[in-house]
Amino acid sequence: MVAILMTIMQYLTSQEITELEFKANEIRQSIIEMLTEAGSGHTAGPLGMADVFTLLYFGILKHDPKNPDWEERDRLILSNGHICPVLYATMAHAGYFPVEELLTLRKFGSRLQGHPHRQSLPGLETSSGPLGSGLSQAVGMALAERMNNPYSAKFMYCLTGDGELQEGQIWEAAFLAGKEQLNNLIVIVDRNGIQIDGYTKDVMPMEPLAEKFEAFNFDVQEVDGHNIRALNDAIGKAQAVYGQPSVIITHTIASKGVDVFERDFRWHGNPPGKGPEDRVTKDKQAEVALEKLRTLAGTINTHDA
Amino acid sequence: MFASHLQPNLSPQSVEKSPTRNGYGDGLLEAGKRDENVVALCCDLTGSTRTDKFAAEFPNRFVQVGVAEQNLASVGSGMAAMGKIPFIASYAMFSPGRNWEQIRTTIAYNDANVKIAGAHAGVSVGPDGATHQAIEDMAIMRALPNMIVIAPADEHEARKATLAAAKHVGPVYFRLGRSATPVVTTPDTPFEIGKAVQMFSRDESLERKVGIVSTGSLLFNSLMAAEELQKNGVGASVLHMATIKPLDEEALLAFAQEHDVLVTVEEHQVAGGLGGAVAEYLSGVHPTKISRVGVQDEFGQSGEPDELVEHYGMGIDSIVKAAREGLE
Repeated sequence: MVAILMTIMQYLTSQEITELEFKANEIRQSIIEMLTEAGSGHTAGPLGMADVFTLLYFGILKHDPKNPDWEERDRLILSNGHICPVLYATMAHAGYFPVEELLTLRKFGSRLQGHPHRQSLPGLETSSGPLGSGLSQAVGMALAERMNNPYSAKFMYCLTGDGELQEGQIWEAAFLAGKEQLNNLIVIVDRNGIQIDGYTKDVMPMEPLAEKFEAFNFDVQEVDGHNIRALNDAIGKAQAVYGQPSVIITHTIASKGVDVFERDFRWHGNPPGKGPEDRVTKDKQAEVALEKLRTLAGTINTHDA
Repeated sequence: MFASHLQPNLSPQSVEKSPTRNGYGDGLLEAGKRDENVVALCCDLTGSTRTDKFAAEFPNRFVQVGVAEQNLASVGSGMAAMGKIPFIASYAMFSPGRNWEQIRTTIAYNDANVKIAGAHAGVSVGPDGATHQAIEDMAIMRALPNMIVIAPADEHEARKATLAAAKHVGPVYFRLGRSATPVVTTPDTPFEIGKAVQMFSRDESLERKVGIVSTGSLLFNSLMAAEELQKNGVGASVLHMATIKPLDEEALLAFAQEHDVLVTVEEHQVAGGLGGAVAEYLSGVHPTKISRVGVQDEFGQSGEPDELVEHYGMGIDSIVKAAREGLE
């Protein structure tokens, strides 16, 4: 087990990174299991962001799963609510609620709504799904925190998709974040290059993305979203930036971890069992995905994983 | 008979006028003095929403959001999540008009403690024309769970509504007017969220009985219409419902039972606002003939406020006419 680290950024040993990678793998398996059981939901984004979420909940955030309303906690605001399977799975593995409850995703009466509902589940900071609103809320939280305590070391981590950046509201919020020089705001963009209708470069090209954020007075970093050490370093730098909000553009691979699903935009909104069949037939998709994860895509024996 | 807590000698000639947004400005400043968690946000309309008094007194608790109403709503939600009591102001056409979904998801669904002030509601906005005249705002806000919807009658009631909103925990929408409208109530007139107040009581010796249900600044026209009806032998009462959600069902049911017909009066589309709310409720418990005075499914236009209110059928004569037609 990886210990939950309550302190602000620090150096991670190789052993700790290995543990985080294993934790991310477990979380990916949970994502496959819960989506398969739900019979609907999004696969590509949650798998792609599993490394980022694992690092945040097990290495970065000041939080207490047993006391989710702890006033001094950092805030994690998921703006692209449709990737909530990764949020729920990470929260469960971090101890917010039993891992078994993940199998209630999207079912009647579940606390794990198809898109997050703040009041349903302790530990959620907001409700989201309609795209583009999370950044504004994170800006509001950052402003309020600064009013309360200008020396606060509490951070607002806002996670957004890349297709989501096509929403005008994102840039309304970016204007205000830049104007207010919100150094306690750290935006993490899931730059996986896909959205429902296709590749972002075809649906609505958004490059040069870094320059866009720079023009709004953000400190911008681009990192490999699957390299835990690189992510850890980037977040550490973002915490140290003063006088500017930060954005970390994490380049991720859609459906990362299940090579037969990877990079295919058709996995954006389909669960295992309902995805494209050119590489794996529907009846085998869940089984193959879990096998791929348990064996690290066939590189290790199942019993070692 | 006029309620004793109203301004004395109310008449079109003598009544004092002031915009309801002035009451918001005063109430917001007062709320800010009472509670340091009160913060104000505005979208480049600080003067015309009367947020300026608060901004001048508490510059560190005021956020100028720029022309970005969608951001306004969700920034407000984020601040509320951190314990603030945000008052977000713009024109009603833009907030809640443009940012309705952000209000729905990030404020109403979260049950966030955000207060939404929609200024320049109604056709009485005047010369700016239909693009700036919000006459659907109560309908879209009334449909939202957790949301309270208030249309204050005048500056005193707007001030009280602002202070009450600051104390209420949860989302509140209140609409405000641009133009100077009659000051009908006094600081002593009762106001409580969710409570209707009878502002005019009928002469019980008169046989025919009309109940007028008003909201917003058309309270004055409703009172004048009631007086006119009584002079002509028709018993008339006015029940003022500043809060249209939650509806004061108890008061409304009793009012309906005491009258032959009802007339609802609002500066809003007749669909979905006060008239809709009253009809929805009474149809289930006490089916009552209701004439709905308001805008009849059309857009406004440029003009002087009073002339527009008359043109769209919300003047004193129109209310009297609606009452008489209801009795026929």
